[in-house]
Amino acid sequence: MSDYVAPIRDMQFVMKELAGLEQVGQLPSFGDATDDLVDAVLEEAGKFAAGVLSPLNRTGDQVGAKWADGKVTTAPGWQVAYRQFAESGWTALACDPEYGGQGLPKLVSTAVMEMWKSANMAFSLCPMLTNGAIEALMLRGTDEQKAVYLTKMVSGEWTGTMNLTEPQAGSDLAAVRTRAEPQADGSYKIFGQKIFITYGEHDLTDNIVHLVLARLPDAPEGVKGISLFLVPKFMVDAEGTIGARNDVHCVSIEHKLGIHASPTCVLAFGDKGGATGYLIGEPNRGLEYMFIMMNEARFAVGMEGLALSERAYQQAVGYARDRVQGTEAGVRGGGKVAIIRHPDVRRMLMSMKSQTEAMRALAYVVGAATDMAHDHPDEAVRAQNQAFVDLLIPIVKGWCTENSIDIASTGVQVHGGMGFIEETGAAQHFRDARITTIYEGTTAIQGNDLIGRKIARDGGVAMKAVIEQMRAVVVQLNDQSGAEYKAIRTALSAGITALEEATDYVLATYGSDIKAASVGAVPMLKLFGIVAGGWQMARAALVSQQRLAEGAGDAAFYQAKIVTARFYADHVLSQAPGLAYVVVHGAAGALALEDEMF
Amino acid sequence: MKILVPVKRVVDYNVKVRVKADASGVDIANVKMSMNPFDEIAVEEAVRLKEAGVATEVIAVSCGVAQCQETLRTAMAIGADRGILVQTDEELQPLAVAKLLKTLVEKEGPQLVILGKQAIDDDANQTGQMLAALLNLPQATFASKVAIADGKATVTREIDGGLETLSMSLPAIVTTDLRLNEPRYATLPNIMKAKKKPLETVTPADLGVDVAPRLKTLKVEEPPKRSAGIKVADVAELVAKLKNEAKVI
Repeated sequence: MSDYVAPIRDMQFVMKELAGLEQVGQLPSFGDATDDLVDAVLEEAGKFAAGVLSPLNRTGDQVGAKWADGKVTTAPGWQVAYRQFAESGWTALACDPEYGGQGLPKLVSTAVMEMWKSANMAFSLCPMLTNGAIEALMLRGTDEQKAVYLTKMVSGEWTGTMNLTEPQAGSDLAAVRTRAEPQADGSYKIFGQKIFITYGEHDLTDNIVHLVLARLPDAPEGVKGISLFLVPKFMVDAEGTIGARNDVHCVSIEHKLGIHASPTCVLAFGDKGGATGYLIGEPNRGLEYMFIMMNEARFAVGMEGLALSERAYQQAVGYARDRVQGTEAGVRGGGKVAIIRHPDVRRMLMSMKSQTEAMRALAYVVGAATDMAHDHPDEAVRAQNQAFVDLLIPIVKGWCTENSIDIASTGVQVHGGMGFIEETGAAQHFRDARITTIYEGTTAIQGNDLIGRKIARDGGVAMKAVIEQMRAVVVQLNDQSGAEYKAIRTALSAGITALEEATDYVLATYGSDIKAASVGAVPMLKLFGIVAGGWQMARAALVSQQRLAEGAGDAAFYQAKIVTARFYADHVLSQAPGLAYVVVHGAAGALALEDEMF
Repeated sequence: MKILVPVKRVVDYNVKVRVKADASGVDIANVKMSMNPFDEIAVEEAVRLKEAGVATEVIAVSCGVAQCQETLRTAMAIGADRGILVQTDEELQPLAVAKLLKTLVEKEGPQLVILGKQAIDDDANQTGQMLAALLNLPQATFASKVAIADGKATVTREIDGGLETLSMSLPAIVTTDLRLNEPRYATLPNIMKAKKKPLETVTPADLGVDVAPRLKTLKVEEPPKRSAGIKVADVAELVAKLKNEAKVI
């Protein structure tokens, strides 16, 4: 089991050189986010992640959360770590200062979130879900609801959950059956069962604030008849004092492939006469509110893909440096060497490293654009950034998580037979990564979102704007001499052409043959991810070249960045034309068989 | 009462250092730097004394390059009230640091100076002792427990074979050992506040101290690489080898 060390140098590089920390810091709300403060925040968060959260990751996996008689006991060490996490103020990082938050930019919280998720993904889910609930209350809660609940959730004194899924309503939320019956006092009685509720019950805090999707008696069928309710585990009076137990109970938790320490709960509402709930926002608009928060949630899960890739990479490099096996290829009479000297191990490590860095660059750029979209004074700039964020969210979610499974799997491979043995720790990252392509919308849902809402709906305008930015980088690459830049330019140029070709196919086909277009949805998502990652790595190489020419210190970092960008171009970006081929030609074979022929 | 806490910026304890090619020293270019862990314990102790109502103000001091500001901000994020940077690019040896600190003690008048027993870069273990000597103040080194009452400091120190408890009149110098406390993780609000706390910069010249090195480093080299082990046939051979080859018995 390796120790986690936050990759602060690369985080700083991406934030400052690629994502525009300086511009984000100049936005009206973020006067505090100067370079030195951000450095200090990263430094201290890195210490906390490495010193408190990371050492619990393994025990959390082995022992997991336990259920007995409706109560959930979290894994050993969780209570102390959670208290320390909340007392240190980390829950409040990006929250509104009016409710006790620190109001730091999304770009900063993105980097810090990566650390929590790398160090201990199962732990990180608790504050992440709470954040989602905070967002919802910020957005549509009444002043009274905000006053009672928000400050305590921002401080971490209480946690929050999101209750969407029911046994018959997974990806299809139109099938939600949980009922809400209006009461004379303006509250509601909630009846129904919710499943897959992350941290739906635990022993970390005195209260839990559940946000629940349910139907009012007169609600129309389908997605337009779902409302959002706040259901506290314990009733709370206007002063925030905790009272009687509400009728929401955890009837079991799931046994899962990974994230064992994160309790995934089945919650029963109203078995003993009805759980008291309060309407959030207007009736029948619950799903709409959920969708506004969906970007945040999907982005956060994309970060899990990045974070687990980083962790798996660190683990694999550590092992490859230590494990001595065989002699070096092509060296006669040499002694035994660490496996990091073997060409294929290097290839695997570079593949992990280059994709992880590409994902970090893209995710942080999207994080910064989210800040711009929320806070830039110019409306046109806000709109432009929002379009960029909307287009890239399915990529951050779908591409980073799909990659993380491959990368964590490669991490196991680097360990050889020991990787298959649990005590090495490599397998946990692989198992933990497996959920990320499923929850908050499967990769298929991301792919459909991409080709439908994000590409076809605006006729490819947002996509073409991004492609234009990519082309500008190719022009900059033309000015560089050297084999690395030739390789990067060639692969990026071919990748962009492939992306354009696939985009044109989606635009031409989506209206006329949605089934054919949909077969290409996930390949399209991967294609876009790979090319967007290559675009960011090319930018990284160009900045590094410039810093080297200026004689800025840390030459080894910049040289490594250029080599890593080149590796990415040759090994990853080069796959783009193949994916475009699948998008354009893949439908016929996928759709032709009769169901009985499978 | 005021407490002065000198903190040193050193190569981070996780970094595996390398000797420069010309053997003139350790290569610290682009290496991660942090606060000396013993000094972190000193800051923590001072802040706890303030939280307990014993101290009124904690002043962190660092001597060295401009980046020592970061080290001071770390100290302020833990809870120090303000920082003083004695800025110089010159190589600083323990005696020079002790002299600089002496002038600051005279200026600020703290009742207690708490600092690490040694820095993890040069392991000199001298600054605290030299400072006490220059100021002619009592000292307690390697502290594992500090209690302040009635103008006296009662300090438990870790010595060979056990613990020794000393009582000293204040003002006094205390150097910290590992088991004195476990430093806290800085909280986010305190990290944000640290940025706004006062940080004063002075130079050795302002303090009238000549910091020119008195010791000359002749050569720095890596420890010898461990050679492969061998199997011995019996105890007699082992003893012979230890005696004649290793020359340890």
